[in-house]
Amino acid sequence: MYKGGKIIAGLIIFVAFLTFPFFYNMGKANAGPDLPTYASSANLQQCVEPAEYMKANHMQLLNQWRNADVRDGQSIYINSQGKSFDISLESCVECHSTQATKNTVGVNNPALKTSDQFCVSCHNYASVEPTCWSCHSGPEGATK
Amino acid sequence: MSINRRTFLRRAGMLTALGLGGSFVINGAVEAAAEYEPSKKGLFPNAKHLAMVVDMSKFKTEDDFNRVIQSCVSIHNIPDFGKDDLKDEIKWIWSDDYEHTFSGGDNDYLTDDFKKLPFMVACNHCENPPCVKACPTGATFKRPDGIVDMDFHRCIGCRFCMGACPFGARSFNYRDPRPFIKKIDPDYPTRTPGVVEKCIFCVERLADGLMPACVEASKGGLIFGDLDDHTSEVWKIVSSKFTIRRKTELGTQPSVYYLVGGESHA
Repeated sequence: MYKGGKIIAGLIIFVAFLTFPFFYNMGKANAGPDLPTYASSANLQQCVEPAEYMKANHMQLLNQWRNADVRDGQSIYINSQGKSFDISLESCVECHSTQATKNTVGVNNPALKTSDQFCVSCHNYASVEPTCWSCHSGPEGATK
Repeated sequence: MSINRRTFLRRAGMLTALGLGGSFVINGAVEAAAEYEPSKKGLFPNAKHLAMVVDMSKFKTEDDFNRVIQSCVSIHNIPDFGKDDLKDEIKWIWSDDYEHTFSGGDNDYLTDDFKKLPFMVACNHCENPPCVKACPTGATFKRPDGIVDMDFHRCIGCRFCMGACPFGARSFNYRDPRPFIKKIDPDYPTRTPGVVEKCIFCVERLADGLMPACVEASKGGLIFGDLDDHTSEVWKIVSSKFTIRRKTELGTQPSVYYLVGGESHA
């Protein structure tokens, strides 16, 4: 290979730079998002679908809910276990509302100091900003 | 080490197939084994043509109008920008004078008093809604029961619908409405700047088994029902009494009928 030594050395330096963040953080525990305690977590067995499904797919489910309710007039969701739920963000915040004063888990989470909403703890961690609450009422508005 | 063209193409083809197949696997997994169904409390589950009759004999005083308008404003989080900013005004149901409500059927000899006579006006939920045709995103659409509904999520604020609507029934949020809402009703969303809104015949209340708010507040001045159902009160009125509609010459077929002669003049 023509000037092989330089090329290989350059490649090694390049790969080292590229993987630097991974090596730098190796062995350090990732704190992860602070999940706030739910208002009614004690008697809460499961969300509308299993927690693993919700973690991965809640955004698609919310989009399906929105289209079903607003466009097709289908306002009841029957989940994979045959249990039915009212399609409404209030169905979510009924359980997923944090009680900031009682919340000790999220004390070190700046998101929870400015907001009372469940979603922000993970969404701030993942740097994804949901726009739901610019129109819909948050947990404080859950009356139904 | 070197590969020939045939091998290269074959491998590229296999990779492409893998990529396409992979996306199917990912998208397929999203659908949970779940079903959707309409609310059991719904008032008009099988309606084909929901319509409203405005009995003008029941709208005499200013309070008759204000009571109806306020019933809508309070539950739909409609902002009040005050009299100085009328260009920003958000209207779902409001009153306008005869001259502007029924323009087109001009009669030069009408007295000025009659021309100023107030009428209750809102979205007409036309059978041929020009706003639905104009909307590029499907944010405004016609439901099977005849209601012209709004999906605020999809509105991009292009305002084509406002140009298309001959009744001025649509309002645009030029400003953030939230600070101007007297008391936010948490059961209905507010809107953001850049979204068009209008009367939706209270679809959210119909699904909960309630009549539209204005109908409840009108003390019989507004009658609501399915024109396709020949036992409904709206059908009985529209088929037997003299009613007029706004701007019928445009062919939009409004679903709001004005009973102008009063009950006694069949």
